[in-house]
Amino acid sequence: MAQKGTERVKRGMAEMQKGGVIMDVVNAEQAKIAEEAGATAVMALERVPSDIRKAGGVARMADPTIVEDVLNAVSIPVMAKARIGHIVEARVLEALKVDYIDESEVLTPADDVFHIDKKAFTVPFVCGCRDLGEAARRIGEGAAMLRTKGEPGTGNIVEAVRHMRLVNSQVRKVVGMSDDEVMVYAKELGAPYEILMQIKEAGRLPVVNFAAGGVATPADAALMMELGADGVFVGSGIFKSENPAKFAKAIVEATTYYQDYERIAELSKGLGTPMKGIDMSTINPAERMQDRGI
Amino acid sequence: MAKIGVLALQGAVSEHVKALEASGADPVIVKNVQDLDGLDGLVMPGGESTTMRRLMDKYGLFDSVKSFAQEKPVFGTCAGLILMAKKIEGRKGPHMGLLDIDVKRNAFGPQVDSFEADLDIKHVGDHFEGVFIRAPYIEKVGEGVEVLADYEGKIVACREGHFLSCAFHPELTDDLRMHRYFVDMVEESI
Repeated sequence: MAQKGTERVKRGMAEMQKGGVIMDVVNAEQAKIAEEAGATAVMALERVPSDIRKAGGVARMADPTIVEDVLNAVSIPVMAKARIGHIVEARVLEALKVDYIDESEVLTPADDVFHIDKKAFTVPFVCGCRDLGEAARRIGEGAAMLRTKGEPGTGNIVEAVRHMRLVNSQVRKVVGMSDDEVMVYAKELGAPYEILMQIKEAGRLPVVNFAAGGVATPADAALMMELGADGVFVGSGIFKSENPAKFAKAIVEATTYYQDYERIAELSKGLGTPMKGIDMSTINPAERMQDRGI
Repeated sequence: MAKIGVLALQGAVSEHVKALEASGADPVIVKNVQDLDGLDGLVMPGGESTTMRRLMDKYGLFDSVKSFAQEKPVFGTCAGLILMAKKIEGRKGPHMGLLDIDVKRNAFGPQVDSFEADLDIKHVGDHFEGVFIRAPYIEKVGEGVEVLADYEGKIVACREGHFLSCAFHPELTDDLRMHRYFVDMVEESI
């Protein structure tokens, strides 16, 4: 008998994305540009994070028409964002047959206490994290893929770097711990002990971990790979740049060949102006997306 | 020891490397044309076939992998199987056109329909855990293609000469039998 929605099938889907770039798109035309450029998946949403940041107000799941248009436009997998804790938005996206749901801090949280019980779904979920505590809690809830949060829509890589370094250093720490130390560390991190023990035994996170939030140039994408990301999410960076098609291709190539610096030099030439970045110190603390859903 | 490359543009590369190593081969990451030099065989991993083809074209790997495959054994899983097929439903022309099969992409449906199933694989063994992720299946095989496994009447693994392919992901399990079978194929060809 066939079993659907197993942990292995959900996590395995993310394994197939490794080494790839997942691009935010707001319509079918952008989805085609992303596929043409070599994206491994697209994320369908109503507005890219930098526009969400500008618009303010409440950001919700995309209009199902946009999701359907994108699903019909490409043959690569389609992901879509639901608000943190919004069980019904997630069920709607599952009914639309998206391939992955991002329970995302980029949208306004629907629940300021609980995340979605992701084990109850057949469709797999990706969630954001800033440290191993968040990562382990999301895995405990059933997330089949992680992405470090960074600070979305800023074009500033500093937060993505901070989160990737922190998660990976905490994983290394767990791997070197004795069992009794793991219990206390679980308490400190607010992380499920069983998940930390799995990490200790496997020597790595049990799910794929991409980088996200602030990737604005091919060199940024390569940097995240260098720091140990399994792949990269690019939100506002591509379609807020001068030449999205060229920019998208350059990001994909820099991600594949992240240690081939002559190549990155070559592909970074004449890309035009990347998106304008925002310095972290100028962001009102209340507008920091990474502090949502922790 | 057989030197077997794993095409590493994108996808489940590290899992294949691990499985090949555990099966007694010497795995090599293939990202550039020169990485093919001195290899005895090649694995084309699971991932996104559309993406992999675009990247192979862009990075100049397509023709060299295709000519490598004329003489050396190749094992394609999922996306790799699609790259090897002679006919792909809904697509004008094949990618490499190595294997005389007609293949249907995403044939079992979107991710919510991805599944695990118990398979009996000829020459490889029974009760193999087949992990199918947005998987294709083989609609038709040509003369000279040996069907190795089917699932509910759909062909999901086959061999033609020095080409081996399957629609599922043996690299996502701890079961090494499929990889060992390929390593044997490579060793016999040396």
